[in-house]
Parts: sequence; C-alpha cells; structure tokens
Amino acid sequence: MRPRLKGLLPGDVLVLALGLAAVAALWRHQADSLDGRVIVRVDGQIAAQASLRLNRSLSVTGPLGESLVEIRDGRVRVAADPSPRQLCVKQGWIPPGGAAVCLPNRVAVENAAAGYDSLNY
Amino acid sequence: MTPSTIELPVSAADRRVATLAAAAIGLSLAEAAIPLPIPGVKPGLANIVILIVLYRHGWRMAAWVSLLRIVAGALALGQFLTPAFVLSASGGVMSLLTLAWAMHLPRRWFGPVGLSVLAAFAHIGTQLLVVDLWLMPGGSLLGLMPLFLAAAWLTGLGNGLATAHLLQYGEPHKEAAPT
Repeated sequence: MRPRLKGLLPGDVLVLALGLAAVAALWRHQADSLDGRVIVRVDGQIAAQASLRLNRSLSVTGPLGESLVEIRDGRVRVAADPSPRQLCVKQGWIPPGGAAVCLPNRVAVENAAAGYDSLNY
Repeated sequence: MTPSTIELPVSAADRRVATLAAAAIGLSLAEAAIPLPIPGVKPGLANIVILIVLYRHGWRMAAWVSLLRIVAGALALGQFLTPAFVLSASGGVMSLLTLAWAMHLPRRWFGPVGLSVLAAFAHIGTQLLVVDLWLMPGGSLLGLMPLFLAAAWLTGLGNGLATAHLLQYGEPHKEAAPT
C-alpha cells in the first residue's frame, strides 16, 4: 500500500491551520490570564480578584476593619490597613510573584503576575 | 569456544526492525548532541524514521521501531528509567496511538505532514500532562504550554515534510523489498 504522495495534501493544511489556530488562541488566552492578576485573601479565603491592567481600588473587610488595596499602572499595593504596625502598607508596591500580608487584619494581597524564574521554570 | 546451543531464529522482519530501529536510535543520539535553548524542545528527528516505517511497513512495525528506539536510546544516553525516560515513553506511546487512528484518515487528503503534526501534538501534550500530574504537580508548567505547542507544530511540520520528501524520492531500504 504505497500511497501517491505530494508534499502537502489539503488535510495536512487543515491540520496545520487548526494547530496554529489552537496555539495562537492558547497563547492569547495565556497572555491574558498570566498578565498580572491580583488575588486578595481574607482569612485564607479568596475575597477578591482583579487584573493588574485596570487601575482600581479594592476594599476588603477583615476582623479589624477595612483594608484598601490599590492597583495603579500595573502595580499593586496595600494603600491603607487598620493593622497597628502598618507593615504591609510600608512594604509598598508588591513585586510580581510577591505578596503583602496584613496579619492582624488577616488580609493577604498576592501579585500573581507570571514571573518566570529558574525555580518555576 | 563452545557453539551456542540456543538458536534464535531471526526472520527478515526482525532484521528490518533492527535496522530501522538502529537508524532511529542514531538520529536520537545525534540530536541529543545539538545544543537547544529550551529544555524539552527537541526536533524529534527519529520520528521521520517512524513515519516512513509506518507508511512502508505498517503500524506494527512502526510501533516496534518506536519502542525499541525509546528503550535503546535511553540506555545509550543513560536515561533509562529516569523521569526523562518516562516522558519519552509516554509521549511515544501516545504518538503511536494517535498514528494508529490517524493512519486511517483518507490518504487522498492526509499525508505525512498531517500525521506528523498530529503525532507531535499528542507527544508534547502527553508529556506536559505527565509533568503536570506527576513530576511537578501544581507547577506553573501550563504557562509554557503555548511555547511547547508552537515548537511541536514547527517540528511536526519539518519532520512531516522530510518524511514526504524521503517517501517520494528516497531509496527504499534494501531489505524493504517485498519478502
């Protein structure tokens, strides 16, 4: 059974096109989903999620009161927090892959941007 | 030296499998020497041999060549029973299963390039799945999926074109004459 062969048959082109479309779609989807998410947890439970792309302020309520999370220009920080020592506020802008934890108020803010390093690579 | 009392009858088909597997192993070893920027992305040149075997001698023979290539290639590279071997074997088996299905696609429409790309996707997809489930559970490997799939698309296309060319213009193997 030796088939008559040409380099590329229509089905091959179809497979190639579908494959390319799938890769492109995945790439776009990945870029969207990995291009910076902010995850805010209260008491370990996810209280809010947001994209790093949009400037906005999130407010979440912990046991001590309200914590304010600010997202601006692709960066994120804890703008205000009722904790007595203000550690998470003083920490400033959270680097990609980093997190700020306001322990007394049980609020954790994670900058879940995909930062590839040798570990997760 | 006493002559061996055990005679292993060797058929022409055995010789053919051995010869073709040797060619596939040679390609595996050669490409292991090529420096590549990203770990895990390889051209998979041995698949050219396997596709040619699939077209000339059928799926059973291709499966033999592929599995021999995986085991002997791993032995030669010192990877036998390492995670790399498990990845290679799982990808190889899934590629073979995909080819078993894809070879029944109408020949008028689907040639070596289509089969090669489908097998390459099956190969890398299975490997990523195994890594995600077993080697690095919860790792962010899926973030690299588009990159690996794009590589599979390219290598699948390249290998498929090489296969098509060899099937069309290459000399059939000496022992491949009908027996």
